[in-house]
Amino acid sequence: MFSFLSYNAQSVLFSTFLLGMAAGAIGSFAYWKRQSLMSDALSHAALPGVVLGFMIIGEKNLFVMIIGAAVTALLGAFFIQWIRSSSRVKEDAAMGIVLSVFFGLGIMLLTFANRMPGGNQSGLDSFIFGQAASMVSKDVWTMMIVALIVLFITVLLFKEWKIFLFDPSFAKGLGISITKMNALYMAILVLVIVVGIQAVGVILMAALLIIPSVSARYWTESFKVMVILSALFGGSAGMVGTLLSTFGKGWPTGPFIVVTASSVFLVSLFLGSKKGLAVVFFQQKRQRKRMALLEMTKEIEQ
Amino acid sequence: MKSVLTVENVSAAYRKNEVLTDVSFQIKQGTLTSIVGPNGAGKSTLLKVLLDLHPSITGKVTFFGEKYKTAKSKIGYVPQRGSVDWDFPTNALDVVTMGQYGKIGWLKWPQKEHKQKALAALREMKMEGFANRQISQLSGGQQQRVFLARALAQDADLYFLDEPLAGVDATTEKAIMETLKMLKESGKTVMVVHHDLQTVEEYFDHVLLLNKTVIAHGPTNLTFTRENIRKAYGGTLHWMGEKR
Repeated sequence: MFSFLSYNAQSVLFSTFLLGMAAGAIGSFAYWKRQSLMSDALSHAALPGVVLGFMIIGEKNLFVMIIGAAVTALLGAFFIQWIRSSSRVKEDAAMGIVLSVFFGLGIMLLTFANRMPGGNQSGLDSFIFGQAASMVSKDVWTMMIVALIVLFITVLLFKEWKIFLFDPSFAKGLGISITKMNALYMAILVLVIVVGIQAVGVILMAALLIIPSVSARYWTESFKVMVILSALFGGSAGMVGTLLSTFGKGWPTGPFIVVTASSVFLVSLFLGSKKGLAVVFFQQKRQRKRMALLEMTKEIEQ
Repeated sequence: MKSVLTVENVSAAYRKNEVLTDVSFQIKQGTLTSIVGPNGAGKSTLLKVLLDLHPSITGKVTFFGEKYKTAKSKIGYVPQRGSVDWDFPTNALDVVTMGQYGKIGWLKWPQKEHKQKALAALREMKMEGFANRQISQLSGGQQQRVFLARALAQDADLYFLDEPLAGVDATTEKAIMETLKMLKESGKTVMVVHHDLQTVEEYFDHVLLLNKTVIAHGPTNLTFTRENIRKAYGGTLHWMGEKR
C-alpha cells in the first residue's frame, strides 16, 4: 500500500491511522459522557504546556513537551471541575473560560519562545495546526505505542466502559469504582490528545475526537459497533488527511484531517443506515403510504 | 427474624441544606417496605446514602452485619428510570445482562449462560418478546421492567427500588408488584421509594414514613395511620382516604 511513498511517510501515515483509531474510540466515550466539548478544552489547554516544555529544556524534546502538555491539560480539567463545583458558573461556561485562557496563554508563551535562540526553527508553530511531516521516527513510535495502549485498554475493559457510561450508579453497585473509571478515562483522553497534537494541532485535535463518534452514531444501534466504527472513521480520517497534506509543501495536517472527517460525517448524516436523513425520510414515506392504504381499505369496506 | 439492614443516626446534606437528620431504622429479612414522604423529604437521598452514592455526614449503615463495600454483591439497586439516557445504543437483553457483570468479573466478556440468565429475568418481567428491542423504542413502563429485570439478574438478597411505579402503565405496575411479592416470598428483602399513598396498604407489608427523619416505621396496618401520615406530610396533604 502507498508504495509510491517513502518508508518514513508510510510510517507517519500508519501512525496517524492508529492515532485516529484511538481518538475515535475514546471520542465515542466522550460522546456518551456528554463531554465532547471537554476534549476541545483539554487540547487547547495543552498548548502552554508544550511551549513551557520547550522553554525549560531549551530544545525540542518530544517527551518533555508531552509531559508539559499533559500537565497543563490536566490543570485545565481541574480548573473546569473547580469552577463548576465552587461557583455558580455552569460547566459549558467553565470550559469556555479555561479553553480561551489556556490557549491565549499558550500563544503568548509561543511568541516568547520564538524569540529564544533556536526558537524560530523549532517548529513549535506546527503544534497549533499540526504538521505530521515534522514528526521524526521517535515521534511516530511514541504516537503508535500510545495509540495501541489506548486501544488495548478500550477492548480489555469494554463491558466496564459500557456500564460506566450508561449507568454509573448501577456500575458502582457492581463494584466498578466510578472515581477510578473517571480517572482512567481522563488519563487516556489526555494521553491521546497530547500525543496527537503534533500531528493534528491543538485547535483541531478535538475534531478527531468528536466527529468520528457522531458519524458512527448514524450507522448503528449497538454500542460495540459504534465504538468500532468510530475508531475506523477516525483512523481513515487521520490517514487520508495526512496523505492529502503531504501533497503540498508545508501544508498543515489538522485541517485536512478535519475536512476528511467531516466528509465522512456528511455521508453518514444523509446515508447513515440507522438515523441517516435519507433512511428516516423513506421510513416516513412508507409509513404515510401504509396509512393511506389503510384509509382506502376502510373506505372500500364501508 | 434477622435484620438485614441497620441504619444508625444517619445525616446527609446537599451543599449546606441538610436533607436527612438523624435517621435510624432496622429492616427485617423478608419484608416489603415502602418509603413514603412528601417531595423533598429525602427519600431518594436516603437510598443514595445507603448505597454509598451520596456521602453521609454522620451515622452508620450495615448490611447483613457488614459494611456496604463487602456486602455489595448481595444488594440490588433499581435507579429512577430518568437517571439514564435511554438513547444509549443497546437493546433490552444487553441492559439486563449488565446485572450479571459483577459475576462475570473483570476482563471477561459475557458468555451464553449469562445471556440465558438475563433472558430468564426478562421472562420473569414478561418482557422476553422485547429482548432484542432497542431500549429507546421501549415505552416507559417497559423500560422500568427492563431495569427491574436487570436487578433480578443480579440475584441479590436485598433490593432497593427508586420510584419504580412512577408514571408506568397498569400492566407494568402489576408485573412489578407480582415480582416484588415473589421476591419477598422467597425470603428476599425489598425497599421501595413510593409516592402513591393510596396503594401503600395494598402493596406493602411495612412502611417507613420519612420527612428528613423517620416519622414512623413498622407494619403497615399499625404504622400507616392518619396521624402518622399527617405528621409526615404536615399541612400539605389534601388527599385522605375515605377510611380515614
